[in-house]
Order: sequence, then structure tokens, then C-alpha cells
Amino acid sequence: MIKFFLMVNKQGQTRLSKYYEHVDINKRTLLETEVIKSCLSRSNEQCSFIEYKDFKLIYRQYAALFIVVGVNDTENEMAIYEFIHNFVEVLDEYFSRVSELDVSFFNTVFHGTWQMHSGPYQTRSCSVTQAGVQRCDHGSLHPGSPGLK
Amino acid sequence: MPAVSKGDGMRGLAVFISDIRNCKSKEAEIKRINKELANIRSKFKGDKALDGYSKKKYVCKLLFIFLLGHDIDFGHMEAVNLLSSNKYTEKQIGYLFISVLVNSNSELIRLINNAIKNDLASRNPTFMCLALHCIANVGSREMGEAFAADIPRILVAGDSMDSVKQSAALCLLRLYKASPDLVPMGEWTARVVHLLNDQHMGVVTAAVSLITCLCKKNPDDFKTCVSLAVSRLSRIVSSASTDLQDYTYYFVPAPWLSVKLLRLLQCYPPPEDAAVKGRLVECLETVLNKAQEPPKSKKVQHSNAKNAILFETISLIIHYDSEPNLLVRACNQLGQFLQHRETNLRYLALESMCTLASSEFSHEAVKTHIDTVINALKTERDVSVRQRAADLLYAMCDRSNAKQIVSEMLRYLETADYAIREEIVLKVAILAEKYAVDYSWYVDTILNLIRIAGDYVSEEVWYRVLQIVTNRDDVQGYAAKTVFEALQAPACHENMVKVGGYILGEFGNLIAGDPRSSPPVQFSLLHSKFHLCSVATRALLLSTYIKFINLFPETKATIQGVLRAGSQLRNADVELQQRAVEYLTLSSVASTDVLATVLEEMPPFPERESSILAKLKRKKGPGAGSALDDGRRDPSSNDINGGMEPTPSTVSTPSPSADLLGLRAAPPPAAPPASAGAGNLLVDVFDGPAAQPSLGPTPEEAFLSELEPPAPESPMALLADPAPAAEHPRHLAPPAPSGLSESSQSSDRTWVGQRDSDGALPPPPTAGRMYLFYGNKTSVQFQNFSPTVVHPGDLQTHILSGPLAVQTKRVAAQVDGGAQVQQVLNIECLRDFLTPPLLSVRFRYGGAPQALTLKLPVTINKFFQPTEMAAQDFFQRWKQLSLPQQEAQKIFKANHPMDAEVTKAKLLGFGSALLDNVDPNPENFVGAGIIQTKALQVGCLLRLEPNAQAQMYRLTLRTSKEPVSRHLCELLAQQF
Repeated sequence: MIKFFLMVNKQGQTRLSKYYEHVDINKRTLLETEVIKSCLSRSNEQCSFIEYKDFKLIYRQYAALFIVVGVNDTENEMAIYEFIHNFVEVLDEYFSRVSELDVSFFNTVFHGTWQMHSGPYQTRSCSVTQAGVQRCDHGSLHPGSPGLK
Repeated sequence: MPAVSKGDGMRGLAVFISDIRNCKSKEAEIKRINKELANIRSKFKGDKALDGYSKKKYVCKLLFIFLLGHDIDFGHMEAVNLLSSNKYTEKQIGYLFISVLVNSNSELIRLINNAIKNDLASRNPTFMCLALHCIANVGSREMGEAFAADIPRILVAGDSMDSVKQSAALCLLRLYKASPDLVPMGEWTARVVHLLNDQHMGVVTAAVSLITCLCKKNPDDFKTCVSLAVSRLSRIVSSASTDLQDYTYYFVPAPWLSVKLLRLLQCYPPPEDAAVKGRLVECLETVLNKAQEPPKSKKVQHSNAKNAILFETISLIIHYDSEPNLLVRACNQLGQFLQHRETNLRYLALESMCTLASSEFSHEAVKTHIDTVINALKTERDVSVRQRAADLLYAMCDRSNAKQIVSEMLRYLETADYAIREEIVLKVAILAEKYAVDYSWYVDTILNLIRIAGDYVSEEVWYRVLQIVTNRDDVQGYAAKTVFEALQAPACHENMVKVGGYILGEFGNLIAGDPRSSPPVQFSLLHSKFHLCSVATRALLLSTYIKFINLFPETKATIQGVLRAGSQLRNADVELQQRAVEYLTLSSVASTDVLATVLEEMPPFPERESSILAKLKRKKGPGAGSALDDGRRDPSSNDINGGMEPTPSTVSTPSPSADLLGLRAAPPPAAPPASAGAGNLLVDVFDGPAAQPSLGPTPEEAFLSELEPPAPESPMALLADPAPAAEHPRHLAPPAPSGLSESSQSSDRTWVGQRDSDGALPPPPTAGRMYLFYGNKTSVQFQNFSPTVVHPGDLQTHILSGPLAVQTKRVAAQVDGGAQVQQVLNIECLRDFLTPPLLSVRFRYGGAPQALTLKLPVTINKFFQPTEMAAQDFFQRWKQLSLPQQEAQKIFKANHPMDAEVTKAKLLGFGSALLDNVDPNPENFVGAGIIQTKALQVGCLLRLEPNAQAQMYRLTLRTSKEPVSRHLCELLAQQF
């Protein structure tokens, strides 16, 4: 089961966070700092899974952005690992060449579009590409405007 | 940005956001925001009714301000108004605002719920989805109370659109996770299962997630999902790589759905239906075969998705643990991954293999990869992969490879990450103990452990080595020699000093013959470390010193000098000061005999579960240690590998005198019999009914009857110790009064008391303990006193191959006149047996050798565990044991008055449970119990039918083992 989903950049700024279990706001900041610290301290030769307290972190790095998923130990690590990539592909399609700025801006609207996921793992294999296209169709759902970039 | 350009851009919002972005300072930003808030407030309060577009725009601005981290205390009502709009964009923003800023304002909640209800009933799929998403996103208990009953209906309604079904399933899952009690189970559950057959893969995926969660609580309600899941899986696995179109990910058909289906199947045992099972096995084989095929794409995404399915398949195979062929194939597949260049795969392969190692079918296959794993431990650059390799080595360890694995782990320990050293230390300690063939190797390993990673050796580990050394006399000399050598290193770890101090204090005499380790050398070696040690260690060393005074009288003056020194007697630490004072006084005032008694060698520690194992389990959480404590892989492991009580250490007890004496609450010596008989031997026969037969007429069953011959002047006598017996009524009948009267005839020479106290050893019913007291009733010393326990047919003390494992400790060779010696026997029943063990006591009395052979009252029924069962179960089992050889019956005349209460007490004392209301005749007695031996359990049923008129009994026993039936019948018949 997924416990949380984080997008954090190398400076340790959280760009996106979604928790599926209740975590106190204060503890979240602490958790996010520790999580990014443990991800940054790893080299390319190391595996993408970190045992952290009583759960596992699965992370992937895209440029300066880390996507980290916290799961309990019954989860299939490889499936989550690939799910992260799938998610990024969807973002890429949505924004046509996604960048960190998109994501930080996306955060504003994310609460809305995230409903599509209602817990990413739940729907994730509903071809996310398709979901992404659906989202594009609901383009109006985006409250932002080009002036933002 | 196509998505953005398509939107009906809200210009005002865009301007506001770019203004914020252009702010140079925090103050400017706050100023701009306050200006905007004032503007919005005035618009909302204004008389002019706002149109939907403006409302949407202002609500969006508020949302943006909130997400920038400012509090919003108005605008909720406008957002709720948006919910009832018919325009998608307006409704959507309304829901967005509510999901983000839900407020416990009860008035508002009522309005929101109303809007959601309308949308759910609207039959417009987009609106229904929005409403469902809002419920799921808020996911509060209030939401659950309002809608939990409606959602299942939407989920299984025939006319719901696919996207609505999908959202409804996920929404229900969310509510169920938040508050399971709110989601009512009902006839919809059966229809949810059928969603697995849905055409739409999105619906199937959502349904699998929901069912996986629900079936954990109510497995029976959902068990039909197994066959549906299997057929769905089989369709996906066998489909061509492009069949599923949108659901194909880099040429892998529906990878996440496959993983979920495999996960769902792990909630259930293997399917019973042969056809379903065949189909499933076929699927699993297909997945394993595909792993061998050349990849359809060079992209890493392709192989990742494929491997995700493969690992989940292997998890399922391990979960079933019933297909040896698949298990071995899985193991070979993982073996390939062990050498893969992807670190992720190596990590996962090691992790999965760890669980495979605990399966009996694949344990051997896992063992073939030992060299690769050891290599991984040495060369992996990633600590988490090395950690997995160490775990796997631990899981694959057995007697055949223990030495190799332990030495590799010791080597790894020198360079291991600090964070995991303690765990590695525990594992090495457990493996060394569990698979020790000879104890010198065990002692070497633990001492190496302390040398390499002394800081990480927890108390449990070094307590344990002391327990084992204390309990095993064959290793004591070696241990003393080895610690002596280890202590000679210029810098040795404090834990080494503790172990060394303890062992030399107990067994230093065993190496004192060598001039290189003569008592003064031992003492000065230990004392050279004294000042560098912590208080706890120094306290332990002081105890060692006083033990030295007893062991080596020649060191007395030196040690007294040390104790008398101001640094000890006036030590700031109360504990050290007290020890110094007490020991100094003890050594000056007590006679040699008193010293010898007070400072006697520690008695063996009782066997318990290894505390190290318990500690490792605590560290890793439940389940993690599962691979290590299963005994099935190594049935030959016995006594030493069992475990002992962990808390013996002298330092662990706060009172210095208590630990020094080393006497656990020793039973009060049985009082010497009052009236001296006519020089007759006391033939008191313990106190249980099993012992009573010795009074009976059958000579071959009479315990201790051989005592008779050595003539009246034999100085041995036996005494029962009835008081402790009453404390442990489980295996002992109420103290027999006849036994006591016998004891009063005691001779004035010697007595042997005995008590049986398996109550002290609660967990394994296969083990028991017996205390023997040998008393010399004469005034002349007995020499060469040596009692040994033998089992007929086997003359070795440690009868590992016999039916009983008896552990004893040697007692002092001299027994002074009037003195009493205690001996503890730890007895474990390995398998059923018929003849009781013998106690052979040899000693010289006035120059003449004396030998006594006594039967110990250890009979098979001592290992009875009572079993309560209902009449129905009793008769069913009675019928199952209907073969002629399983039954033993005896009809005999009553030797004692036929009293129902006494009979009950005797049957209970025999060890079985008495079952009421089973036999139609209330006069009859029916009992049941299980004989617990290490190798097997023998269920026993018994029935006793008294006939008061004829003064006869009929006794029937049925057990699953023929000799046991007959033997128990004989034993029990003598009681009545």
C-alpha cells in the first residue's frame, strides 16, 4: 500500500506531496527533509529502494527532481518503480515537455486533477496515458493561464 | 501548453498570479494579497448578484491565496453555490475548493452533502464522478456516514457508466479504509466480484483493489473471486503484446493489473478446483517462461514492467509453497538476477530468495547460490544490497554450511555499516549456537565476535555464552583457556573482560595446573584490566575475586589486600563499596566449608527460548525472524540449540550477595526423618502415583526396589519431599500419606530427597526438572560420591539418542557426614519410552565401595498434557483409534477402597484431563490427554469403569501407539 507520494527537488523543496495516511503537518516537514536527505546521499550504483523506519522508499530521479513513494513492505517495489515513470510520462504528455516549474505550478491545480487518481495505485494501471489524454480533453479544468510561466 | 490554451482563460486570475510572481519582497506580496482579499470580499458582499464566471474566478483566486499559505475565512458559501451550477468548469472549481478547504461548519456540510446527493442522482456521469471524487478526497467520517450506503448501489448498478463504476469502487475503498464499520456488507459483494469480468480494464483494476482490501476481513464472502481472478490473469498473460491497446505498457500487457491480480490471489490458499488450479499453474509457468524469452523492447521500462510481474508471481509461488517444481524454477530465475548488472534486480532477487530459503522444497536450491551471495556480501557497493545478502546467508544457513557462513559474516562484520552491526552480531551469535557441532567452535566464534565488534555485542549475547559454558561441562576447560589467552591482548574489549572474569571465576581451576596460567597469573591478568572498566564490570570482577579465594586459597592474601584498599572500601559507588566490604568480611570470617558452599559453582541455567532470538525478533518486527526459528529444517538440533534462561549474570542482580551465592531460591532441605528406624533403609517412594507402584506387589515395577539388597548397613536412604510436590500438582498426585509414614522409618545414615518440579519450566511440556537431595546421615565422609543417570540399554549420561535427554551436573565427590548435596536433573522427553531411567549412585563408605541403583520415577505419563474436549469429539477420536493394537484393556480387582473422589484425584494426578458428561454412565470415568515428546505427540483416551459390587475395575486405553497403550494401562491399573 502506498503511504505517500512526494516530489522534491535537490534543494529539498517539496513540490508536491500527497499522503494516504494521516500524518501531522509538522511531522510531514520533518519526514520530507529526512526522505530527501536519504535519497540525495545515494549514488547511481545504489538501488532505488531504501528501507526507512518501518516502510520502504522507492525513488526515481528526473533531472533535479526526485519522485519518492513511501510504501509498506508488502508492496511490489518494481511495480511502483515503473509506476513513477508512467506518472512522469503522463505529466509530460499533459504539459508537453514537463519541467519542474510545471510541477510546482501544477501543484496549484493538482488537488483538482488528482481526483482522477484518488490514490494513484488504485487506478494506476488504467492506462495512465489514456487518463492523461482524458485530462487534456478536460482542458478547461485548468484554472491557470499561459501568463504564469 | 495545449491544455492551458484550451481553457476559458480567466484573465483576472492570470493577472493576479503574475502580479504575485513579480513581487520583489514578501511584504509586497502580502500587500498585493490583502488588496485582492479586500476586493473579493467587497464583490461577494456587494448587492449585485455575481454571475457564475465571476464567482468561479474569485473562488479560484481565494484558492490560490490559500495554497500560497494564507488563511481564508470566507468564500465557502460562494464555492458551495458553484456546486449547483450546471457548467462543468464552475462545478469543478466548487468541488476543488471544498476538497481543499473543507470546513467543519455544520451548516455548510449539510449544503455540501445536499449538492453531492443531487449530483450522485443526476445520471450525468461527469457530475457523478466529480461528486464521488469529492467524497473520496475528503474521506471523512461524516462523508462516510452520509454516503457509504449509496455508493455500493452505484457501483453495481447495471446502467452505471464505466468511469462512474471505477470512481465508485475507488471511493468505496477510500471510505472502507477510513472507517470500515460504515460500509455495509450485503448482496452487492457478490456482484462486485463479478466486476472482475468487466470489459473495461479500468473497472477491473479498481475492483481488484477494492476486493483485495475487503476480502482480508471477510475472506468467505469473496472467495469466488479466486476463479475469476485466475481466468482474468490467464487472459492477460496469454494475450499478445498489443491486444490490450491502451493498457499495454511498453509491450507488456496490463502490468499493474497483473500484479494486483497476483496480489489478490495471495489472500487465499491455492485453489481447490483442479481446473482452476491447472489454469493458474499454467499462467505462473507462462510468466516464468516469458522471463527467459528475448525482450520485445530494449527499453528499460519494458523489462521493469515484466520483472514487476515476475516478482509478484514468485511471491505467489512462495505463498502457496506447494509446487516444488515452480519453487525451484523461481529460485533459478532469481539466481540469474543475482548476477544482473541492475542493482535493483540484485536487491529484489536477494530479498525474494530470503523467503524461498525457508521453504523446504527450495531450501536446497537456494543453497547452491551460496558463493554468489558471499561474493555479493564482499563486493556490492550498496549497503542495502549487502544487508540483503547478509539476511539471505542467515536464512540459508544450516548445519552443513554454518561454519562457512559464520566465518564470512564475521569477516563482513569488520567492515559492515555501523547501523547494522548489532544485527549482524545477533545473527552470528544465533547461528553459532544453533548449528554448533562442537562447543569449542561456538566459544571461539563468540569470543571473535567480541573481539571484532565488542561495542555491538549486547548483554544477551555474552550472557548466553556464559549460560552455555556453565551448562556444558565438556567445554568449560577450553573456554577458560581461550578467554585467558584472549585477555592477554594488550587492549581488549570490556565485554571480553566480563566474559573472562565470569568464566575464570567459575572454571579458572581447570587451567590452574599450567604454570603459565597459575592462579596468581590469572588474578593479576584480570586485575590489570580492573581500573579501565566500568562500574558494572568492576562489580563482576569483585565477585570473581571472591570466587578465586575459594578456588585458590593461595590467592587469598593478595585478594584481601585488593579488597581492603581504600579505593575499594571507600569507593564512591555504593555497589562496589558494598561488595568490597561484604566479600572482605566473608573471606575473613567464614570457614573453608562455608566459603565452599557459598561460593559454589553456578548451577546449570534452566532451558528457555534463546533471548538473543527474542531480541532479533524485536529488532526486526514479527515475521522477519521467521526463517530462523523454524525447526523443521533441522530436526536434529536439540538440547543446546534449545535455549536457556537469559538473566543469570552476576551483574544483572542488584544485590551482591544474592548473585554471589549463585543459589537460586533453593528449596529448603528436607528435614531429616524424625524417628530412626531399626537401621532399616528408607525406601520412600517419591510421591506421585507413578511412584506408588513400587509399594505394590509387582516387583519389576517397584521403583528403587533394588535398594533392598545392600544390606541394612548401607548408608543410603531416600526421602520424599512432599511440600514442593504440592506446588507442582500437574504431574504429581496429591502427596501420598503412605509415603510420609515410610519416610519416618528412615535410617540414620543417608537419605536422598527428590522433588519433581517441571512447573518451573512452563513452555515445553516435553521437559521436566527433578531435584535430588543426597543426604549423608552418618558422621563419616562419603568419598568418590558419584550419582549418574542411565537409561537401560544405554550407559551414557547424555542420552541424546535415547528416549530421554537428561542433563545433570556433577556433584562434589565428597559428602561430609550430616551434609546434604543437591543435584538437578533436566529431563527432556524425546520420544515415548517404557522403562524408567535408573539412578546409579556410587560412593565409598568407610573404605568400602557402595553402589545403589534406583529407578527414577520418570514414567511416560509425566509428560502428559491434559486435553479438554466435548463428548462428540471424544467419541469421534475414540472411533478413530479402533484398531485392535491401539487399544489396551485390563480387568482387575480393586486393591484400595473404591472411592470416587480418590479415583478422580488419581486420574488427574496421572496427568490426563477428566471429562464430565461424556460417558452415559455417571459412575464411569473418562479422560483424555496428549503425551508430549519432542519427536511426536501421542494422543491418549482412557475410560475406567468401576464395578462396586464385584470390587473390580475395567480400564481401557486407546492411543495412537500400541506400546504406549499397553504401558499406560499397566501403570495406571496399579493405582486402584
